[in-house]
Amino acid sequence: MSTTRRDFLKTAGSLSLAFCLPLDLKGAASQAPSPTPPAFEPNGMLRIDPDGSVTVWATRTEIGQGVRTSMAMAIAEELEADWSRVKVLQASTAPKFGDLGVTGGSQTTRTTTMALRKVGAQAREMLLQAAADTWSVPKTECLARSGRIQHSPTNRSLGYGELVARASKFTPPADPPLKAPKDFRILGKNALRLDGPDIVTGRAQFATDIHLPGMLVASIERCPVFGGKVKSFDASAALKVPGVKQVLQVSSGVAVFGEDTWAAFAGREALKVQWDEGPTAKLDSAAIRTQFEARLKTPGKVVRQEGDAAKALPTVAKRIKATYDAPFLAHATMEPMVAVADVKPGRCMIWAPTQAPGMTLPFVEKLTGLKADQIEIQVTLAGGGFGRRAMADFILDAVECSKAVGVPVKVQWTRPDDFQHDGYRPATLHELEAGLDGEGRPVAWMHRFVGPSIAAANHFPWPPEATELAGAADLAYAIPNLHVEWGQSDTPVPIWFWRAVPASFNPFVTECFLDELAHVAGKDPLDFRLQNLPKAPRQLGRDTFDPARYRAVLELAAAKSEWRTRKLPKGWGRGIAAHAYLDCGTYVAQVAEVEAKADGSIRVHRVVCAVDCGMVLNPGNVKAQMEGGIAFGLSAALYDEITLKDGRVTASSFSEHPILLLPSMPKVEVHIVPSDLPPGGVGEPGLPPLAPAVGNAVFAATGKRLRSLPLLPAALRKA
Amino acid sequence: MAAFTLSVNGKIHTVEAPPDMPLLWVLRDRFALTGTKFGCGQGLCGACTVHLGGEPVRSCVTPVGDVGTKRITTIEGLDPHGAHPLQKAWIEADVSQCGYCQTGQIMTAAALLAKNPRPTDRDIDQAMGENVCRCGTYLRIREAIHRAAGQRKEVAS
Repeated sequence: MSTTRRDFLKTAGSLSLAFCLPLDLKGAASQAPSPTPPAFEPNGMLRIDPDGSVTVWATRTEIGQGVRTSMAMAIAEELEADWSRVKVLQASTAPKFGDLGVTGGSQTTRTTTMALRKVGAQAREMLLQAAADTWSVPKTECLARSGRIQHSPTNRSLGYGELVARASKFTPPADPPLKAPKDFRILGKNALRLDGPDIVTGRAQFATDIHLPGMLVASIERCPVFGGKVKSFDASAALKVPGVKQVLQVSSGVAVFGEDTWAAFAGREALKVQWDEGPTAKLDSAAIRTQFEARLKTPGKVVRQEGDAAKALPTVAKRIKATYDAPFLAHATMEPMVAVADVKPGRCMIWAPTQAPGMTLPFVEKLTGLKADQIEIQVTLAGGGFGRRAMADFILDAVECSKAVGVPVKVQWTRPDDFQHDGYRPATLHELEAGLDGEGRPVAWMHRFVGPSIAAANHFPWPPEATELAGAADLAYAIPNLHVEWGQSDTPVPIWFWRAVPASFNPFVTECFLDELAHVAGKDPLDFRLQNLPKAPRQLGRDTFDPARYRAVLELAAAKSEWRTRKLPKGWGRGIAAHAYLDCGTYVAQVAEVEAKADGSIRVHRVVCAVDCGMVLNPGNVKAQMEGGIAFGLSAALYDEITLKDGRVTASSFSEHPILLLPSMPKVEVHIVPSDLPPGGVGEPGLPPLAPAVGNAVFAATGKRLRSLPLLPAALRKA
Repeated sequence: MAAFTLSVNGKIHTVEAPPDMPLLWVLRDRFALTGTKFGCGQGLCGACTVHLGGEPVRSCVTPVGDVGTKRITTIEGLDPHGAHPLQKAWIEADVSQCGYCQTGQIMTAAALLAKNPRPTDRDIDQAMGENVCRCGTYLRIREAIHRAAGQRKEVAS
């Protein structure tokens, strides 16, 4: 097999823009009703059974962000379904489901909601017509409500289940009327997660839980050094381990096939592999830092320019300069990578928690020699995603292994595999200089930063900087002389999308540096932000930035946290930060209250979060996602870091790479700005403001500015 | 290989397994009790938590050869109807996001409540403080435990 991670998406180039692709309604068009039992299937995503139960197939992947519930809500709303009769199943790559797109970039809500509403509305109109025909009354006299069609003039009603046969005869209307948001009964109200009961009883099935008859489990020993290759291996001891069936070299290493997981793991322990570690065997974090420092001395690509910062800087009243950095990060999903494949002549079936099923298909085609219509990927629940599961590597492992042994195979990664063979959040190094005029207004801002490009490393057909700029090039503030420059500095470390992508590091840099300016100017950090916003909406990249929304979340977070009045205990400080996640239409501001302890450790006690995500589909889930983004962001702000030594990742466990735990979780208060704007995403936007809010609070508490993530106790002691 | 007779969720199972095979893999791969999850295999995340003689243990680092006659309870056996006060509270507080760690969280919490029916925040921090949830559902976990504890009190009174 020649397909590697770095090739992933190379051939699926245009598809990779699928982060923004709408649902393909044509592809999901009407299917012939299945003969037994007769059901109403106006669309590949929706079925109503004669008993009145409603089944929705989610065409995006549930990675914890709540889309199975919110997608079902959007359909159920227009369908006027009885929510208690709605269940959700997961779509596969079978043609009846249309394009599954990519679950990423907090795009599901933004790009699918209208299409889902239309699916529900089509079915509702067909049910209305079916009832009207049954009663021989005008359709306009009929009303759909909570799983029934009512005819109030004659006080009759029919359940949806009673109408399925007649409704199935109609063609879905091309342009069904959509409800006015004021009439919503499901959207905008708290809905509990549909998967909740299955999760708490252990019935929820993840890919790792799948067992097929005759299935083997494989565990793959990989070269710890990126890019290394198998020189030779000795499987004699491994093959003596009870339950071990085979040991084979595969493209990602040496696979041990066992009759169960433990046999595969134990066999792998006994396996001896000699590696050709290749040219990166000496790579370490210090060398990458040196490379970045050198790159920073040379010009990069100018990615935003207004006025002339270089010319303005020598004329300002005060100049401020700083260097910031952020490390590589692992996704560390709770469920280590895993997939199941069953490759047979003429047919390949895959069960995988993939965020990118459609983009994975071309690689499976290449690997198996099968055509797309001979391959089906059944998307499973995912034990966390955060972008990691848009990679195809773990799926191709399973396909290659099943193809090699001719039976179904589950390839189960271990926790060390998962830490050591991730696609990491890129590390970056930043240099900033800004100038204030005599009144303390920022009049010049120069930001040059360097790091590897996700787009380039993975051969996306985009400019290399496309994946690295959010939070830097779209700086929200009105500064007359503004210059942002990015320098590409690739490394052998595999990199990939991580929750909030560049907005996981750039806002830390820009919102902390802005805070530095506020303090030098002698201004309150909140006032300084509010005073320096543009007066009117403006185009930033592909999107429009609306300063009124940015201002509103800042003011709401400040008010709810009692920014100006609340007295904090000694040793505490408060910080504020905001980020407009323009790509998914959501604005978030957060105030963090932190305690800086004598040993340099940082305890975050309280985070007040204000979010404007447009029209809210499920307020409970918006809150949950803000809490989750804050926890994920806090783990990265305080602890997380992937370091390299001798060409390999040093961490292989949760003890070497701790994750935020319950005792360190701050109190979180989430406040939602009411809005009629189109609904925006919430999976990522809760994360970006957290690290800068904490960094700014640490400064407020101690007068010490930490400019390097994570915010380690040693750094605070030394500062 | 050796033969082991295990008491799992009130039923007796016999299994042929290497004595060092972790209980996790016996439960998952031999008994198809897949509600107990593999998170790290190193006893560090708690996703694999089950009860052994009523005590919460990390089944990924518990060799089947060490189990002996102790009763094993998994999430599937926590309540015959899946309606343990914690399971109900978990649903009502909408705790789960991806859901992968939650069975381990619930088993850890169930062991806490069995000993301490009205835990304080500090008690919860101590008992739950080494169960990783990467989705960050910690506040709701705490809320659900308090909720279940309250419910228990109502049942008792």
